[in-house]
Amino acid sequence: MMMRSIAALPAAFAAAVLAAPALGAPEQTPSGWSLLNMTQGVTDMSRKIYDLHMLIFWVCVAIAVVVFGAMVWSIVNYRQSRGAVADTTMVHNTRVEIIWTAVPVAILIAMAIPAARTLVELEDTSNTKLTIKITGFQWGWNYDYLDAGVSYFSRLDRKSDAARELGSGIDPNTVEHYLLNVDHPLVVPVGVKVRLLITGADVIHSWWVPAFGVKKDAIPGYVNEAWFDIDPDKPGLYRGQCAELCGRDHGFMPIVVDARSKSDFQAWLKNAAAQQKQAAAAAATPPQATTATPRAPSG
Amino acid sequence: MAEHHAHAATHEDHEHKPQGWRRWVYATNHKDIGTMYLVLACTMFFIGGTMAMVIRAELFKPGMQLVDPQMFNTLTTMHGLIMIFGVIMPAWTGLANWMIPMQVGGPDMALPRLNNLSFWILPFAFTILVATLFVPGGGPAGGWTMYPPLMLQTGDAFPMVVFAIHLMGASSILGAINVIVTILNMRAPGMTLLRMPLFVWTWLITAYLLIAVMPVLAGAVTMLLTDHFFGTTFFTAAGGGDPVMYQHIFWFFGHPEVYILILPAFGIVSEIIPTFSRKPLFGYEAMVYATASIAFLSFIVWAHHMFTVGLPLAAQLFFMLSTMLIAVPTGVKVFNWAATMWKGSLSFEPPMLFALAFLFMFSIGGFSGLMLAMVPADYQYQDTYFVVAHFHYVLVPGSVFAIMAGVYYWLPKWCGNMYDMSLAKWHFWLSTVFVNVLFFPQHFLGLAGMPRRIPDYAVQFTDWNMVSSIGGFGFGLSQFLLPYIVWKCVRAGVPVVGNKPWDGAHGLEWELPSPAPYHSWQTPPSDAIIAKGAFH
Repeated sequence: MMMRSIAALPAAFAAAVLAAPALGAPEQTPSGWSLLNMTQGVTDMSRKIYDLHMLIFWVCVAIAVVVFGAMVWSIVNYRQSRGAVADTTMVHNTRVEIIWTAVPVAILIAMAIPAARTLVELEDTSNTKLTIKITGFQWGWNYDYLDAGVSYFSRLDRKSDAARELGSGIDPNTVEHYLLNVDHPLVVPVGVKVRLLITGADVIHSWWVPAFGVKKDAIPGYVNEAWFDIDPDKPGLYRGQCAELCGRDHGFMPIVVDARSKSDFQAWLKNAAAQQKQAAAAAATPPQATTATPRAPSG
Repeated sequence: MAEHHAHAATHEDHEHKPQGWRRWVYATNHKDIGTMYLVLACTMFFIGGTMAMVIRAELFKPGMQLVDPQMFNTLTTMHGLIMIFGVIMPAWTGLANWMIPMQVGGPDMALPRLNNLSFWILPFAFTILVATLFVPGGGPAGGWTMYPPLMLQTGDAFPMVVFAIHLMGASSILGAINVIVTILNMRAPGMTLLRMPLFVWTWLITAYLLIAVMPVLAGAVTMLLTDHFFGTTFFTAAGGGDPVMYQHIFWFFGHPEVYILILPAFGIVSEIIPTFSRKPLFGYEAMVYATASIAFLSFIVWAHHMFTVGLPLAAQLFFMLSTMLIAVPTGVKVFNWAATMWKGSLSFEPPMLFALAFLFMFSIGGFSGLMLAMVPADYQYQDTYFVVAHFHYVLVPGSVFAIMAGVYYWLPKWCGNMYDMSLAKWHFWLSTVFVNVLFFPQHFLGLAGMPRRIPDYAVQFTDWNMVSSIGGFGFGLSQFLLPYIVWKCVRAGVPVVGNKPWDGAHGLEWELPSPAPYHSWQTPPSDAIIAKGAFH
């Protein structure tokens, strides 16, 4: 069984590399043995990052073929057991040494140009249409739609939380999106440049959604910026995790982003704002009511 | 054996040494101290390795089976600290102690009592570090990088870890001073700097790196200590401090530290490949200059460990370019090793096998390092298993394999006996196969989105984690062969005939009898002998 799967690897690798752009529904993420490569993601920037990753990967493969090829050639052909006699006069060669210093420099410059160009684009947080403040805490996320007065917490969903206890007796395979599901996902519109302001409440966390190519540390005392702009035709659920060790439950603070069409998003935001206003008013009326944790509206 | 001792005794005027425990506790002999360093490194290798086995067992399948998440974090933290400070660094110092006096034509290390102190600090440091597992609040769990504010949440273990780090740092600095003084002052007349073997050269540069950066680490953890106990706020935003500053300081130590862990490996490989290619090292001077350039560059690349903290664009560009630049001198080294083998007359004894495996797999780690330098791509790689795969490729089949290569290369000189060659080849093949089964799939896991330092994972990551764990268990078990082979060799190996167990070996250590006399070169070697051993 395992042998067959391993034998199928090259095919699976090709499939993963080639078929990734055709993945229409984001929930059909590849799994198991076919998980071999970076996702192309659903934003312009994530695709540019993916292209850069593949470019540098193939450059490395090409260099490896040449260098490893030369070493394997020596190992095969210059064996003492085959009667090879060492050429002890070969101690250095200035011309060759200049070439193998200069060629890597040229390759690196050629690589640095696309990398720098993509980096400049990634850092451009101008012209965003929506700003969301993200605060990492031990252990979950707070999402705050700054201009809309909507704010709520997002934590690991209960099923995963129950199954992940030591000796829970629950098979993680029976839990849907085990460890990658939350109670209240971050809701965002597709086709809109969304700006994220990312900070940490207690220790350092890192907000990472691979499909957007966004990973930014959430640091107490700092407000980091990041942005994404999801393809208009790619609404769906996108999943990620905290990427900076943040204590006991670092492995249990996933991120889920619910990307909706612009109109659906507007409707959701309006509804959410109204609900939170109502809840706040209700909380304010009784004299000593504790400030209720704002909850994300359903739907 | 008896014959050998008699033989050695005729060469020596006096080989009187204290017997029993005094020989070790009062040790001032470079060989005895070197042995103790290597035994310590081997012991810590199995302690740190056991922790890795528990980590891989927990990650064998999704769900929490063995340890609680806090304990898991403690294990990853301790595994990192032990393997870096307790295994690779002491192993290098042990090899330096054994080999540098022999290779430069001196009788011993320059500062024997300092040598004793720098070793004997370490067992105390590691006792304190390992003891943290048993104090209230558990061991340190903030990762080996000890980032605040998380590290400040550590319980009673916190001051113990800081003190242990101070001790390790003090030991490393003393060891480095000794290496520098020995190399600069104890060389035989005629052993000019550019005649020195590359292991001596790389260690000289490593020693300067140690002196430059270990105090920086000490400063960083001291600031953590005062933040925790004395109300300072160096790294606390609420008091006007800056948690990112810690990362800058830590990685200003941390990146040169990476080269401290690998430069002596370059030296060893540069000794072994010419020996078993029966050909002088290609581009000796270029190797020296490349090592020095790598050491220099290691001081200006630190922020590539922190591309996601929100550095300004200009800083990201600078650190990307400086990091990519390191590929140039590193490439020169790999090309020189390949050229040394070209038109050689190769044979494949265990030291050569480990050195060749180093060449291929260290290069794989180098390639993934180049990929990690590309900042936009690094946003996807950072803090994933891709990084775990990268640094384990450079540290395990890199540094650790080079240490093993060195042990198999010099062991016959140390004890005068040859080890069981076929058993050593078994050790090599098992280690090489399993280390790839262990770490190669971690590239896939990281690219597919699995963060590092998590005790449990989403079910789609199960398959490759299982493969990786199987590789881990195989690699771990194979390592028991190493102490067994060494023990068997020392006790009952076949005595080596003549000074050179390897016909292609050059260098002063091979001009000494086997086993090497207790005091290496009591009269300096002649210029002719030195010239014969040098590549120049």
